[in-house]
Amino acid sequence: MDFSMAPGTFLFEAWQARQSLLSGLGVTLLSSALSIVMATVLGLAMGVALTFGWWWLRPLARLYVDVMRGLPLLVLILFTYYGLALFGINVPAFWAGVIALGAFATAHVAENFRGAVQSVPAGQMEAAKAIGLTFGKRLTYVILPQAVRRMLPPWVNTALEIVKGTTLLSIIGVVELLLSAQQAMARNYMIIDFYLLTAALYVAINFTLAQLGATLERRFSYLRY
Amino acid sequence: MDYHFDWSVIARNSGKLGDALLLGLGLAVVSLLIGCVIGLLAAYARVSGKRWLSAPVWAYVEFIRCTPLLLLIFFLYFGLPEFDISFLDKTQSFVLSLSLYAGAYMCEVFRAGLASIPKQYVEAAKAIGMRPVQRQVYVVLPVMFRITLPSIGNNLISLFKDTSLAAAIAVPELTFTARQINANTFRVMEVWLTASALYLASAYLIAMVLRLLERRYASIR
Repeated sequence: MDFSMAPGTFLFEAWQARQSLLSGLGVTLLSSALSIVMATVLGLAMGVALTFGWWWLRPLARLYVDVMRGLPLLVLILFTYYGLALFGINVPAFWAGVIALGAFATAHVAENFRGAVQSVPAGQMEAAKAIGLTFGKRLTYVILPQAVRRMLPPWVNTALEIVKGTTLLSIIGVVELLLSAQQAMARNYMIIDFYLLTAALYVAINFTLAQLGATLERRFSYLRY
Repeated sequence: MDYHFDWSVIARNSGKLGDALLLGLGLAVVSLLIGCVIGLLAAYARVSGKRWLSAPVWAYVEFIRCTPLLLLIFFLYFGLPEFDISFLDKTQSFVLSLSLYAGAYMCEVFRAGLASIPKQYVEAAKAIGMRPVQRQVYVVLPVMFRITLPSIGNNLISLFKDTSLAAAIAVPELTFTARQINANTFRVMEVWLTASALYLASAYLIAMVLRLLERRYASIR
């Protein structure tokens, strides 16, 4: 083992780089949060289209989901950043990344929703129809409360994937956590130490998110029928 | 939209793109195979019931699942030379990262597979006098392979997509090659559309082959 310098030196260097590391951490958290919100809202809408949509809407939603799940996230990010510019839409790198991450995760949320809805017994939908509830009411009062509970674990997984996916934004020049750590390394050559610090921060973020998911699951778990 | 497509650039670079695609597929398959070995050993360690064996494996799996793959790739590629381990070139270093990453996910897959094998199978094998190793080789592993085949397939597809990250350390796979052609020709749309189509088509092809395999092997008869 050959850690470059003493721990004291590392702490000093990390303190020196605190401002850029914190701003990198902020970018990571902000882009994750925006993408998760976008994916949740659009993903639910896409999931509804995929499951209950008009006959022409379903195959379109299916196509979207399949394409998004078949492409590497990095290709999607590069495509959004460089591709949109060709059509005269100049999106800043940060927003291109958020859009790409959100669009990618939308497909996953939609697919999770479909799975969750399919696991709600069909008899319930028929019973709700029989007592004369409209489609909107059936969705809000019967299907969604049950589907949401079943969607939670895969939704948390998608959120964790998004947080990890934000590292790819470094490739289009967004100074998120990983890139800010690399910039710090470029100044002091403490490569291992800064990578370990970065890894610890990602573990902390994802561990917190997973705990939050577990708490939410417990909260929703009394919603039994 | 004032963009005029010029697909000749793809025709001129088709050889390069083909090589890059094959390299990506090769990286995914090799990493999956090494990942399966790591995952299998790790899964046995997890179910062994020995804390000193299962605790480090648990730490490894959680660490990999909570950190981004790109970080692992950079860590091994830029970090290992700091430990004077420099026999790895960039491709080997990427395969090592992807294998370690796959190993953690395969560990969970195999653990679930091992847990879902009916106890009676093992008891029956014991009853006819099979030794522990024989029980694993002739009874447990073949059944577990059938149970976990769909998950192994999913992992292969996602590993294939993850090979795009090799572009970050300049391994000449599809994404890196596409970026290079872009830099030389400025035909951004054509190149990205082609690369996307190649990824999609390959992922679909792998999925189809896996479905055939599943139909043949996955059900326990």
